[in-house]
Amino acid sequence: MGKVKQYGRYAFERVESLFDVAFGSEHNPLYHLGALGWFFYWIVAVSGIYLYIFFDTGVSRAYESVEYLTYEQWYAGGVARSLHRYASDALIIVMMLHLVREFLMDRLRGPRWFSWVLGTAILWLVFASGITGYWIVWDKLAQYVAIVSSEWLDSLPLFGQSIARNFLHDSTLSGRFFTLMVFIHIAVPLILLFVMWIHIQRVTRPDVNPPRALGITVFAMLIILSLVYPAESQGPADLSRVTSNIGLDWFYMALYPLLDIFSGMTVWWIVGVATVFLFFLPWMPRKKTFSAVVDLDNCNGCERCANDCPFNAISMQPRSDGHPYLKEAVVSVKKCVGCGICVGSCPTATPFRRRSALIAGIELSDKPVMQLREQVIRASAALTESPKLLVYNCAAGPNLTTLTGPGLAVLTLPCIGQLPPSFLDFIISRGYADGVFLTGCRAGSCHYRLGIEWTEQRIKGQRDPYLRERVPRERIGIFWAGVDHTNVLLSQLNDFRERLRKLQPAHKVHKQPAVKEDEDKVLDHA
Amino acid sequence: MRNPMQYLGQAVAYVLFAVVVGYFSASPVYRYLDPDKALIKLNFSHAGQPKQECRRYTQEELDQLAPNMRRPMDCPRERVPLLVELEINGELQLKQSVPPSGIASDGAATVYEKFQVSSGTHTVSVRMRDSRREQGYDYATEKVVNVESGQILVIDFEPETGGFKFL
Repeated sequence: MGKVKQYGRYAFERVESLFDVAFGSEHNPLYHLGALGWFFYWIVAVSGIYLYIFFDTGVSRAYESVEYLTYEQWYAGGVARSLHRYASDALIIVMMLHLVREFLMDRLRGPRWFSWVLGTAILWLVFASGITGYWIVWDKLAQYVAIVSSEWLDSLPLFGQSIARNFLHDSTLSGRFFTLMVFIHIAVPLILLFVMWIHIQRVTRPDVNPPRALGITVFAMLIILSLVYPAESQGPADLSRVTSNIGLDWFYMALYPLLDIFSGMTVWWIVGVATVFLFFLPWMPRKKTFSAVVDLDNCNGCERCANDCPFNAISMQPRSDGHPYLKEAVVSVKKCVGCGICVGSCPTATPFRRRSALIAGIELSDKPVMQLREQVIRASAALTESPKLLVYNCAAGPNLTTLTGPGLAVLTLPCIGQLPPSFLDFIISRGYADGVFLTGCRAGSCHYRLGIEWTEQRIKGQRDPYLRERVPRERIGIFWAGVDHTNVLLSQLNDFRERLRKLQPAHKVHKQPAVKEDEDKVLDHA
Repeated sequence: MRNPMQYLGQAVAYVLFAVVVGYFSASPVYRYLDPDKALIKLNFSHAGQPKQECRRYTQEELDQLAPNMRRPMDCPRERVPLLVELEINGELQLKQSVPPSGIASDGAATVYEKFQVSSGTHTVSVRMRDSRREQGYDYATEKVVNVESGQILVIDFEPETGGFKFL
């Protein structure tokens, strides 16, 4: 499984790189697959509402009403029908890519199981919505879908009466059953919307709207496709005839030909086992995560951690310890993925504080801030060659352990967002290194969603806690490499070292002051 | 500001996406049945006779039952499976024992079978046993049918109209 993910992720990131070239990381559709899914859902919903206004829900008139929409009212109803179909198909594509991507990037384990498991339910609901949609057009494809689907359902020992019998002959065709399918085609997408809403409940700032330019272009593409190649029916259903050749919508009906090869029960087993496998993937194998821990003696209830947490794991609650602050941060262990982004946002996580007292208001239990500072000091002591360079890398980023040498040390964090900006000041102003280089996941594809974005904003002074202005920006290098850009990363690192070589050593610019006993009480950086 | 090549790259991506969506939404065509074939469907739901006959409770048995559970007859709910056979042109295509539905095996048994035949004339014989008898059939029909390519011939069962009927 590990190798599959490793190579799969590499391949996926190669494709993302190609898209980055054309779209830029902000508008790269592969970074907005979930948002595009939502976008397509809304297109399907709005076009469906329009179609329903003119659709006749009776079995004898359904086909004619769809034909009227397609040809008599091609400019509105026909386009709406095509949009309804093509957006549904596009939804399948982005949904499956979203699933594969989250799997390959390993964004499903730990507390992220919640979104993944609900995603499994979403798969079923999307397919059920699509299948029932094709059913109610009542053309030849609908006849095929109705018969094969009901035969497949009949293979389950659940129904007393045969459902397929409804579609045996014109004399057995039940108008009420057909109307029930129309109702199901409305009810299932509504349930789907509800589950999609729950799907994103454990993430803050969920990406449910693609960037405007991307959304407009995708919509324009669907409109053009609808006009150039409008969706059409395949002739009226006739239960006394069987259509030998059927134009299947392969996005929704790829499994249907299997029912001609295997028994219905075998196909149920195939999809059932696949669903159970998907369902339990987050626990294969179980991932040990360390959650954030609040230290109330150092927490002043500033809310920065709650604002920055990408997974809604921190809430602000009334103070419980008698300190003169209104609120305190409370971490939900069930939701915390252990990214440490909250630590990066905490104003008390400053290395300028005295070592013995360096406990931040919020810490990662397995990687406290004091340890981060000790790592800096230890790594710096091992650097013997100028320019001295410290590289901060995410655990989910490229493997850079082999780069460590006399002039370069690599420090790995769960997420780059764990690094408080004061550490950059500390390293450079104290002369622990001549420069700091930040790398990790790809831009737009942060493993913990917001680590890259928050880090960049903190360095640019757009998000609290800011990196102080006194820190020379030319001594900070950034390249969000991902796993497929290691060569470019090495080249960027070399360029950065060359630039540092031309600068004076950091300790000559900022003379390292002696550590005062009471420095932590000043908390000047905070 | 992006350069023209980047816009070209985007256009290629969008066109490819649209082509994939448009093409696979109705293509390639799936051949469900050979064009010169017809389909015979045998489909019906029918409850077989009870597996055991009703019998009168003995006084001793009645005394052992709670007063509100006492009734004169004991009628086991379980039904016999249906034995169904179908021949086309003298060749046996189906011989199946179809169990009754339901947890107590007291529901109707459902038969749903499809047979592909070439277009033209065929002699179709269908038989069913729904009783406790050991030999023979309770219903049997034989008919010469002429089916066209793509036609669906349905064989249904209605005991009230005499048994099997061809639709």
